[in-house]
Amino acid sequence: MPADVPRPVPGPVEAPFWEWCARHELRLPRCADCATFRFPPRPRCHVCRSAAYTWEPVAGTGTVASYTVISPPVLPAFADRVPYNAVVVELDEGPFLVSNLLDVANEDLATGMRVEVTFVDVADGFALHQFRPVVTTEAAT
Amino acid sequence: MSGHEVDLVSRRSAIAGIGQTPYAKNLGRSELDLACEAIIAACDDAGFPVPEVDGIVSYHVEQVSEEALVHALGLDNCSFMARTTSGGGGAASVVGLAAIAVASGQAESVVAFRARNRSKGASYGADPNQGGRPWEKVGAGATDSKQWHHPFGVAAPAQEMALIARRHMHLFGTTAEQFGMQAVAQRFHASRNPHAIMREAITLDDWRNARMIADPIRLVDCSLENDGATAVLVTTPERARDLAQPVVTVLAQAMGAGPIHVSLADYFRRSSSFHDHDFAGRHIAKQVFARAGLTPADVDVAMIFDHFSMAVPLSLEQYGFCGIGAGGPMIESGATRWPAGGLPVNTHGGSNGEAFIHGVNHVPEAVRQLRATSTAQVEGAAVALVTGAITDPAGAVLLGRG
Repeated sequence: MPADVPRPVPGPVEAPFWEWCARHELRLPRCADCATFRFPPRPRCHVCRSAAYTWEPVAGTGTVASYTVISPPVLPAFADRVPYNAVVVELDEGPFLVSNLLDVANEDLATGMRVEVTFVDVADGFALHQFRPVVTTEAAT
Repeated sequence: MSGHEVDLVSRRSAIAGIGQTPYAKNLGRSELDLACEAIIAACDDAGFPVPEVDGIVSYHVEQVSEEALVHALGLDNCSFMARTTSGGGGAASVVGLAAIAVASGQAESVVAFRARNRSKGASYGADPNQGGRPWEKVGAGATDSKQWHHPFGVAAPAQEMALIARRHMHLFGTTAEQFGMQAVAQRFHASRNPHAIMREAITLDDWRNARMIADPIRLVDCSLENDGATAVLVTTPERARDLAQPVVTVLAQAMGAGPIHVSLADYFRRSSSFHDHDFAGRHIAKQVFARAGLTPADVDVAMIFDHFSMAVPLSLEQYGFCGIGAGGPMIESGATRWPAGGLPVNTHGGSNGEAFIHGVNHVPEAVRQLRATSTAQVEGAAVALVTGAITDPAGAVLLGRG
């Protein structure tokens, strides 16, 4: 992972997400009133409008909802990686995340793949959540 | 409740004039210069005196200010100014907002326009809201919604749209070739249009050989990067009847909220099945057809926002021209290809053929169809649909002959 990957500049509502990532833990804001996960982080619950939430750990497992293989033109930090994948993962708890899938050749990418989170340290205090295939025969959901 | 039971807008305004600059890779002119030319052309087309323009509707990310236009064109009567929302989602809503202003008496004669100076070497703005070539504008830090995309190498609209397109392929068996067939059809339409930047038709083999940008999207599926401006003049039906051109009535307009492609986590949460009732296109379609008292079967020709060819089948589904998931086969059937198709789409060549004026160049083509002056004329065209981007909060208008 090149060190010049664009670094998140979060606002106060989003900052804890990246702080947990730096500790290699995937946590999402969850409504303290109706228990709905809120991602991307927002100041209010989209279901019950509550302002109260806590940062809850999630299992880190999910399914590839979509993928692409990206060719130039790309961000400078990714120029040496082309063609590289990007995925949308549907976490088992419901929220969707954009990420990359490690350890899979581009021609082997598929929707429905079961994946789990892993963290890659990019720079001091900055780790990115990435995903890799779950090595079991568990059926895709 | 959304108030459409008391609709004061439908059939209460008309497009009286259309104008455009040349469209080209690099015109070497400012966006203000281009906007002025297109607006004057729209007024000249209508036989309408420029100083009588009393309203300006601008595109969400337009760089030409209302103030600059007022001074440059002497629009001292200007009494209404407004902007659309959400980038390409508002492409058709420049007409919708103008119609609202005219029908409600806030202005009599409103110009709606978009100007772009987008060639790679030109003076395209550094403002991140301009869009431009996002991968060339990204600094070291990713703020706001960008923090959920850019660290993973997702920074260009094509890359975001590829993830939406692949989801559609996964759920419905849509093929990349079906997207390509729309790209090919539009390039054929463009080959007949002397105003188009891309005058050479392409084959599906050309599409297969085109460079991959973000699988499944190839170069020829993408909108062009170009310069140019487009404008229309919207006025009262009474005034329009006294002007130079056949009247094109704004039958109805509608807008709808919904997820946007620059925040894919939201987009997938709300629309991962494409069936969700709150998907903007479904909401807009329901309202725009109800307000016009029409159904999709009444539409003779459609100008669909096509930042990428995949947006056409997705839009056809959401607007009710086929079932959800059936957009790919509809393209493959040839339905959207002039002259044999039952619903020719983007008969000027669209954003990969004529030009990318952020979808606003689709409005004059709908007007030309209803005046029977298109270079790919649908015989007897009486009703045209123009839509904003299906991947944004958006809007649409239905236009009618006479």
